[in-house]
Amino acid sequence: MRTIHDIHGGIHPPERKALSRPGELGTAPIPAVLVLPLRQHLGVPALPVVTVGDRVLGGQTIAEAQGVMSVPVHAPTSGTVTAIEARPIAHASGLQDQCIVIETDGQDEWLSFTGIADWQDLDAAALVERVRAAGIAGMGGAGFPTAVKLSPGPARSIETLLVNGTECEPYITADDTLMQCQADALIEGALILAHIVSAESILIGIEDNKPDAIASVEAAIARSGAEVELATFPTKYPSGGEKQIIEILTGQQVPSGGIPADLGLVCVNPGTAVAAKRAIIDGAPLTHRIVTLTGEALATPQNVTACLGTPITALLTHAGFNTEPQQRIIHGGPMMGFAVSDLRAPITKITNCLLAPTPTELPLPEPAKPCIRCGHCAEACPASLLPQQLYWYARAKDHEQLTEHRLFDCIECGACAYVCPSQIPLVQYYRAAKGQIRDSEQEKQRSDNSRERFEARQVRLETEAAEREANRAARKAAAQSKAAEDGVDPIQAAIERAKARKADQASEPEQTP
Amino acid sequence: MSLLRVTSPHASGHSRVSAVMRDVLLATLPGVVALTAYFGPGTLVNIIFGGLIAVACEYAIVALRDRDPSLAVSDLSVLVTSTLLCIALPPYAPWWLITIGVLTSVLLGKQVFGGLGYNPFNPAMVGYVVLLISFPVQMSAWASPRGLTEVPGITDTFQHLFSPSTIDAVTAATPLDLLRQNTGLLFEDLLTSSPELTGWGGIGWFEANLAFLLGGAWLLYRRVFTWHAPIAMLAALALCALIGYDGGSSQSGGSALFHLFSGATMFAAFFIITDPVSSAVSNKGRLIFGALIGVLIYLIRTLGNYPDAVAFAVLILNFCAPFIDHYTQPRVYGTRSRDS
Repeated sequence: MRTIHDIHGGIHPPERKALSRPGELGTAPIPAVLVLPLRQHLGVPALPVVTVGDRVLGGQTIAEAQGVMSVPVHAPTSGTVTAIEARPIAHASGLQDQCIVIETDGQDEWLSFTGIADWQDLDAAALVERVRAAGIAGMGGAGFPTAVKLSPGPARSIETLLVNGTECEPYITADDTLMQCQADALIEGALILAHIVSAESILIGIEDNKPDAIASVEAAIARSGAEVELATFPTKYPSGGEKQIIEILTGQQVPSGGIPADLGLVCVNPGTAVAAKRAIIDGAPLTHRIVTLTGEALATPQNVTACLGTPITALLTHAGFNTEPQQRIIHGGPMMGFAVSDLRAPITKITNCLLAPTPTELPLPEPAKPCIRCGHCAEACPASLLPQQLYWYARAKDHEQLTEHRLFDCIECGACAYVCPSQIPLVQYYRAAKGQIRDSEQEKQRSDNSRERFEARQVRLETEAAEREANRAARKAAAQSKAAEDGVDPIQAAIERAKARKADQASEPEQTP
Repeated sequence: MSLLRVTSPHASGHSRVSAVMRDVLLATLPGVVALTAYFGPGTLVNIIFGGLIAVACEYAIVALRDRDPSLAVSDLSVLVTSTLLCIALPPYAPWWLITIGVLTSVLLGKQVFGGLGYNPFNPAMVGYVVLLISFPVQMSAWASPRGLTEVPGITDTFQHLFSPSTIDAVTAATPLDLLRQNTGLLFEDLLTSSPELTGWGGIGWFEANLAFLLGGAWLLYRRVFTWHAPIAMLAALALCALIGYDGGSSQSGGSALFHLFSGATMFAAFFIITDPVSSAVSNKGRLIFGALIGVLIYLIRTLGNYPDAVAFAVLILNFCAPFIDHYTQPRVYGTRSRDS
């Protein structure tokens, strides 16, 4: 039995997970129009390889990865490309981004795929290439390109593949549902990923508030006959944070600024493991994902498998959305999700939940009161930070103290703001402060570069001047030494020469034109 | 349709500043009841009169500062400040003493720095110290406990507020005073000559301390503050008293039990040094903060010129809090130590 470690802090917000009936998985209808952002992952956007007017089939690559930190995009069904342009996307900034727009034709015609049954015989590089080509990015929310995660480099040897089935955010049940409905694929995917990183063991961690998922994964492990360890641990937010689950299950902390691979771990979301199974065994790219549609403003909260690129409004309508006054639509969960600014924005590889709460369900924040430094935030902080001090320094824009108090170790989980009796939007202050510090560092970098250029130029000019001076001095010395040798004063000689020239000119004035 | 754009987290807990302040006010009840039972309604009248002055003052000054005065008053923090000060004041204090104390607390202790959350010093203790230095006679006139004297009724007490002649308030030295002024008597002999000292902390004092301990325990249970500062203060005070106690000679500093249950010990441990705004922020910091207050209380009680020492000890440590904070940052996840 594995020892379960406790993490510092954490909170117990109402879970509200039963609302979306985890374990029942429906299918969202294919919408008339799909909008596929070129960047659904963390990194460089993909490069379109189709043009407007092209007919595409399901599974067809419509945009290629550009470089390592990039993943391709595939068509989730058949249809015609009608535009490649900036469209509203689901992003906290509310900005638009380049998208490929596909008018679906309802035929749902697909390319045929060839999977690899004997993937054990392939080497890691070939499998990683297939994972990359399938467009897989971390499906837990960050969208980190999975192929990159699977290539931690020769310096780090991986011992354990950790599947993070915690899903600690309230409301969300997408991973819960996936673990219940696709447990066999999950185990197969985990075996493939473990093979790729040559991990000796596989560990699946699930919070104890998901007994059905635990039972289902347990049964799948038994069916597979593989050596996979299942660990359950007490429910607490944010146990599902990568750093947190690693401490819970191993007792070790990921070094600040480091990655789990530093501890010999690769940590993936269950959805990512299932996507890897599809990519390798079925040969199919990532075109669909499970999304939790929940909140009391929906008539039928549920989990659905939806085409990537489905507009949010289509999914909400599917779940019977009744707009409330002061409506928020939250992309992700209530703790870390962001409010969507345009319902035409599509879902992407990282969309695990769309939350449509009523104002009574999730009341709007009250006006913030002064911080009384009660310290409840420090007790709740899973990173053992002092949020009240960070708040103080963030308001003072004291970047030195913010760095000293390790602002960049904040995972923005929102536990501090949740417990704050003054209702201060702490996380917002930290985000803004991080942005300002990054900006000022870039600014500093730029001015450092300019200063270096300027200093280099100064040095160059000075060296040139010094060289000239040295040359002059050398010439002078040479002339003087020559004069000493000849016994003729060179200055006197020059004056004589000039006089002679003058005399010549005076005697021949008519030659001047 | 228009969507509301707010930032995460979208869910929030139930803790509110006003609820915290309300809890603190409620938690003073047992102590106030005990003080009233043993010393008459003087403290109660202090609290009521002081509260009115405090609310009026806070409202006016916040309005002057162009902020929302009803919002400021509704967080109840000003009532906590005035209540704590008025508990510390001697019962049957004249109206002007209470008024000066409350105004000093609210204006000099709190509002000049920007109001709630910005005061570097405990406002109630600022008011108390100003009074103690300015009006030592009135401030050391504590009431004689019931049993040794007749305590006045509540109407008389209210009248006494404005015309001090209405009742014959019998004042007596507090047990701490008696002990400090004692130069030649063994503790046992002192007890015979001064019956106020009966019991572990003196008549009424022991009970009041016990009651404040009860209220404090409830606040701990409600998780209004952590145990670190109070326990550290009590432990340090007890330890100092243990070291300084020689069994009851004339030079003795009083037993550990006496120090724990006399004077303002429990009131300070659970209601004064737990003021989050002016104390250290980390748990480790609060341990140091509380322990140093405990040591200072003992030193000032036994060696200093004032009968009790809480206010001075707290203010001195308020000065030190940012310094303590700097050296007691907790180890952050993924780091080896503060500096790594």
